[in-house]
Amino acid sequence: MMKRLIVVVWSMLLTAPLLAWQPPAGQSEFRPMSEVPPSEQLPAAPLVITAYVFFLLAVLFYVWTIWRRLNKVEADIRALDQKTRSAR
Amino acid sequence: MKKAFIPLLIATAVVFAAAPVLIAQAPLESTMGLVQKIFYFHVPSWIAMYAGIAICAVASILYLATSRPAADRVAAAAAELVVLFGLVGLVTGPLWARKAWGVWWQWDARLTIALLLWLIFVAYLVVRKYGGPGAEKLAAAVGLFGTAVSPFVYVSVNIWRTVHPLTSVMPSLPKSAPAMVPPMAASAVAFLFLFAVLLIARIELGRQQAAVDELYLAREDGAA
Repeated sequence: MMKRLIVVVWSMLLTAPLLAWQPPAGQSEFRPMSEVPPSEQLPAAPLVITAYVFFLLAVLFYVWTIWRRLNKVEADIRALDQKTRSAR
Repeated sequence: MKKAFIPLLIATAVVFAAAPVLIAQAPLESTMGLVQKIFYFHVPSWIAMYAGIAICAVASILYLATSRPAADRVAAAAAELVVLFGLVGLVTGPLWARKAWGVWWQWDARLTIALLLWLIFVAYLVVRKYGGPGAEKLAAAVGLFGTAVSPFVYVSVNIWRTVHPLTSVMPSLPKSAPAMVPPMAASAVAFLFLFAVLLIARIELGRQQAAVDELYLAREDGAA
């Protein structure tokens, strides 16, 4: 009983700071990019290039998985063929 | 379908070679600037994803009604492409948002439902891989559930208040920015051609896998 009480008290003590924490107040409206000083503006080119490269990598990865699975199917066919021949 | 593969592959290569040139020549959007060019592969990736959902839905209904393995293979191939193109959409969107909204992600209706839709199709693939015997029918049901969710992703921006651009942006493009129509159309066609090429390749893989499985089963039956 005492053990359970200690566990409950400790868990309350540990979670109290988390429960007491409040997220920062949200921004009430979006600010147009033109109002943001140039020093705080993000360059767009790296984002555009990253998006394009990600797309290419994702498609290449998928093509590679198809190629790998096709190779496995071909290996299975070869193994099956060998087993059939050795059985004769 | 196999006969169409090579011409489609060539057409895809041609359109993908032309699309970047058209995108580079497209005018810069007045408020977003260069980052708006992400739209030329963000929007087409969702179009390709929706094509995958439609094919997966039709094939899943056919499979549940007729139990034809060919329909199941088409549904599985389409579901994989839904996950692929959905992932491209989910990654390229935040790259645009980081510049346009100042944040990578917002838990608003459009983005959250889009993520859930993508996760449903990931679940489809997980069920197929680890679901054991009979998982194909369960996966077909999951695919139909995902299809039922998909219209909500599209209309969410019109129903709920979200930070995402409205669906009216694309239909109004010929009037608001006619110079952006050719690169957007070229990108959409390129993505749909790529989708078709990958779909044919994946269906063929499924057909060969099924043929090998049948050979193994026939051999085991012969041995018994």
